[in-house]
Amino acid sequence: MKKLFQYLKPYVPRMTLGITIKFIGAIMDLLLPWILSYLIDNVVPKREIGPILLWGGAMVLAAVVAVVTNIVANRMASWVAQQTTQSLRHDLFRKISYLSSSQIDSYTIPSLEARLTTDTYNTHQMIGGMQRLGIRAPILLLGGILITLTLDPMLTLVLVCTLPFIGVLVFRISQKGIPLYKDLQKGVDSMVRTVRESISGIRVIKALSKTEYEKGHFEEVNSDVVAREKKAGFTMALSNPLMNLFLNLGLTAVILVGAFRVDAGLTQPGKIIAFLSYFTIILNAMMAVNRMFVMYSRGSASAARIAQVLDTPEDLTLRPVKREDSPFHIEFRDVSFSYLGKDNNIEHISFQLKPGETLGIIGSTGSGKSTLTSLLMRFYDVSSGEIRIDGQTVDSIPPDILHRKFGVVFQNDALFADTILENIDFGRGLPREEIEKAARCAQAMEFISHLPDGFSHMLTSRGTNLSGGQKQRLLVARALAGSPEILILDDSSSALDYQTDAKLRKALREEYGGLTTIVIAQRVSSILHADHILVLEEGEAIGSGTHQELLESCPVYREIATSQMGEAPKGKEGV
Amino acid sequence: MPRMPRGPIEKPKDRKKVLLRLWTYLYRHKWMLLAALLLTVSGNLLALVGPMLSGKAIDAIGLTPHQVDFPTVFLYCALMAGFYAVSSLLSYLLARLMIHLSQKIVFRMRKEVFERLMELPVRYFDGHQTGDIVSRISYDIDTVNASLSHDLLQIAASAITVLGSLLMMILISPILVLVFAVTIPMSILFTRYMTKKVRPLFHKRSVKLGELNGYTEEILSGQRTIKAYRQEEVMVSRFDQKNKEAVDAYYNADYYGGMTGPSVNFINNLSLAFISMFGAILFLFGRLSIGNLSSFVLYSRKFSGPINEMANIVSELQSACAAAERVFRLIDEDPEPADVPGAWKFSQVSGDVKAEHIRFGYDPEKVILHDLSLNAPPGSLIAIVGPTGAGKTTLINLLMRFYDPQSGKILLDGRDISQGTRKSLRLSYTMVLQDTWLFSGTIFENLAYGKKNAGREEVEKAAKAARIHRYIMSLPQGYDTPPG
Repeated sequence: MKKLFQYLKPYVPRMTLGITIKFIGAIMDLLLPWILSYLIDNVVPKREIGPILLWGGAMVLAAVVAVVTNIVANRMASWVAQQTTQSLRHDLFRKISYLSSSQIDSYTIPSLEARLTTDTYNTHQMIGGMQRLGIRAPILLLGGILITLTLDPMLTLVLVCTLPFIGVLVFRISQKGIPLYKDLQKGVDSMVRTVRESISGIRVIKALSKTEYEKGHFEEVNSDVVAREKKAGFTMALSNPLMNLFLNLGLTAVILVGAFRVDAGLTQPGKIIAFLSYFTIILNAMMAVNRMFVMYSRGSASAARIAQVLDTPEDLTLRPVKREDSPFHIEFRDVSFSYLGKDNNIEHISFQLKPGETLGIIGSTGSGKSTLTSLLMRFYDVSSGEIRIDGQTVDSIPPDILHRKFGVVFQNDALFADTILENIDFGRGLPREEIEKAARCAQAMEFISHLPDGFSHMLTSRGTNLSGGQKQRLLVARALAGSPEILILDDSSSALDYQTDAKLRKALREEYGGLTTIVIAQRVSSILHADHILVLEEGEAIGSGTHQELLESCPVYREIATSQMGEAPKGKEGV
Repeated sequence: MPRMPRGPIEKPKDRKKVLLRLWTYLYRHKWMLLAALLLTVSGNLLALVGPMLSGKAIDAIGLTPHQVDFPTVFLYCALMAGFYAVSSLLSYLLARLMIHLSQKIVFRMRKEVFERLMELPVRYFDGHQTGDIVSRISYDIDTVNASLSHDLLQIAASAITVLGSLLMMILISPILVLVFAVTIPMSILFTRYMTKKVRPLFHKRSVKLGELNGYTEEILSGQRTIKAYRQEEVMVSRFDQKNKEAVDAYYNADYYGGMTGPSVNFINNLSLAFISMFGAILFLFGRLSIGNLSSFVLYSRKFSGPINEMANIVSELQSACAAAERVFRLIDEDPEPADVPGAWKFSQVSGDVKAEHIRFGYDPEKVILHDLSLNAPPGSLIAIVGPTGAGKTTLINLLMRFYDPQSGKILLDGRDISQGTRKSLRLSYTMVLQDTWLFSGTIFENLAYGKKNAGREEVEKAAKAARIHRYIMSLPQGYDTPPG
């Protein structure tokens, strides 16, 4: 909440004004029943129509002032909420954009997403709502009690006596109800997940004839949701009838006690009628206060989650180390790394690449291939060892300069809902020739030129309107377009057919000569021509050398090569 | 995401048909429904008597000291307490009953939708977005549920309250009722204005918020790429744009939406002012007692409450009908055609696959496979090669009978696959699909999918064979880790 107040600070004058206006409005609301009682007890007995109309007019006036002030104040509150949310969301998004990869891993992406969306939405609601209710509800509550005290202290006492019952009731029910609704939401989430999974896995389900199994599973989830909803519903269903009961019993008590007071000449019936009105006002105010607490607790939980991200300390700071003279473009020296500080995911990896050389990395899923490139680009810091580019350690190079050296295609890389041109350029403002050259080399030109609107063709989010191969070619074009020094292709040739793959390699050699390349692959054919090949198994290098050398020295490599290429190394499999 | 009004009132295409069909769900529980109706009527009638009793009690108190008719006051107060207690009890019973009833219906609807989903051909899922299907089974059914459990009774209760309190007020003072000739048209005009003005704004607000969420999801899932190309600033400035649109839309909706509360309050206050003024004048002429005035004020509150709510209820009902229509449309989708009568079961196939003159296109207008024939003898390894989009995945779809060819036939062990049961056919294949599918649950559960009682050792052995055992062990919870 402290964080949130910093954002609210600039708007304090405006909020003060809004609250003052709101205050006037609330007073008007309180005035109405009071005028009513005055009318009945003091004006009517005079038996003149003039004063009655006058006081009636005063009631109308109070009603008009109340509506105008309330609307104005509500709009001011919305404005403040809008301004604060906008800057809060901006800061949060910027902060998340610059979190390091390991920080993102520890928050997890869905959680960050929820903080940016649901949590900022909750705080938005809270800031608006608290300004609207925060002042009005307490004033109506306290003011209502105060006015009734001046009207008739004894009757007020009767009224106030029922309030604790109602207060406790509302509090208890929401205390019980809120966790039940949280439970319900969890149940609904798991139902939605079940449906989502069944839909996305429909081929597998049908292939394995598991539809009956899925139906049974859904039935369980479905009954679970129903049970939770009933439980929550039954609890909440208590609140309205009980509240009405207390309210009406309170009213009855006021009339009963009022009768004695009138009989003793201590009060007048007009006051009893006014009491009935105040009772509703006070009760509504109490409900509003309760709603405020719910809103506040949800909003402050969200604010805390946002503040946690905003206060995350800077990671991956620069550690200047003197540059060494080195003939190598890229050098790994005995690098080990663990994502979680538990078992090492990478162990004792060393290799050197001269400018223009190609490194192939091969190994099964989870063997640590992609981790090596993440370390090279310093998405993570190594646990031990050193990585140098041109003799400089990667943690001494400012990230802006470091990343400018790379062109990279990740596994399942992201395409955005934008034009093809913008997906290749990717905000870098590259000249058109560079983009076209990159698209040509990446063998993407052919399909782009067949599209009706060429480079301005719009992609859907994640590029779902392209085939697998087309996506890969666009991604390669993006990687090449910035004329990088180092090209990293993480499994990106797997969706390219053999011929395209060969053309791409040729174009790279001819048009982007001198480009140091790292190719990560599961297939020997993609890395066959590399100057160095690293064979990884469970984070360790179990072989390194050229294709020929490895065929002789590394049994695992030989096994992979024969199983994939058999006797005809040109064969291509895969669907 | 918070639920928000879905915008312009959606109108079902054939409301009568939808309502009739919804009625069949209700009719199944007709006794419960009847009980609910009885409870509603009696509860509300009891509540209507309350203000009358309190008026009588106030009249018994009178205006001057020492003239209070205590026995009468006691009698009416006791009656009030009794009536209110019974009325509260009835309304609680009613709420429970309705929750019970609506949950029964919801359970049934969800079950029907899901079971139909499982019967639908793969073509349906290829043509519909998952999010859309999910929103039918969750959001749409919820909407129907809310309407069934709340709006129906609300309408019944409102009708009784409005008619009852109007009747009571006319009985008390027909002239004073004329006050509503001013305030009711005001609230109707106001509601209509708000509906027209505010609904599109709320719709826009949820659209803009949805866009912001979509953008956030897209950017966050591509954050590694953005880092690699140092595009953080570009993305921040695009986010600012979306953010501004979202908060502006929110503000605009609030700007007008924030009028509702104060305005409804205003109309109530106005009628209170008029009733007091004219009531006092009537009192002067001896046409109204002070207790009458008090009862009238209380009835006027009861009377205007439902009127203010009417517009909301009508639009809620309308969107519930539209939602129900979408749900029914899904339930009515054609399932995978039944296996031909007398279909045989493939078992222990030797794996002789033949395709003869296959012609197929997902859209019959756009043929992908023209006259394709192939022959794969048992035990052979067939590689399917071709540029992207040439129909490689399609062939698998046909072999598994996720789709059927427009012409030509496929033979397994010399038997036309369209003459066998789909289940036995599909179980004869083992495959790794292009998009690997993992469901949530732990890694262990994923590896053991569908195989009940698979032991830990069995699963670990399979993982070792696939060379992922050590990787799994490096995860924080090992085999009990949920996949990302």
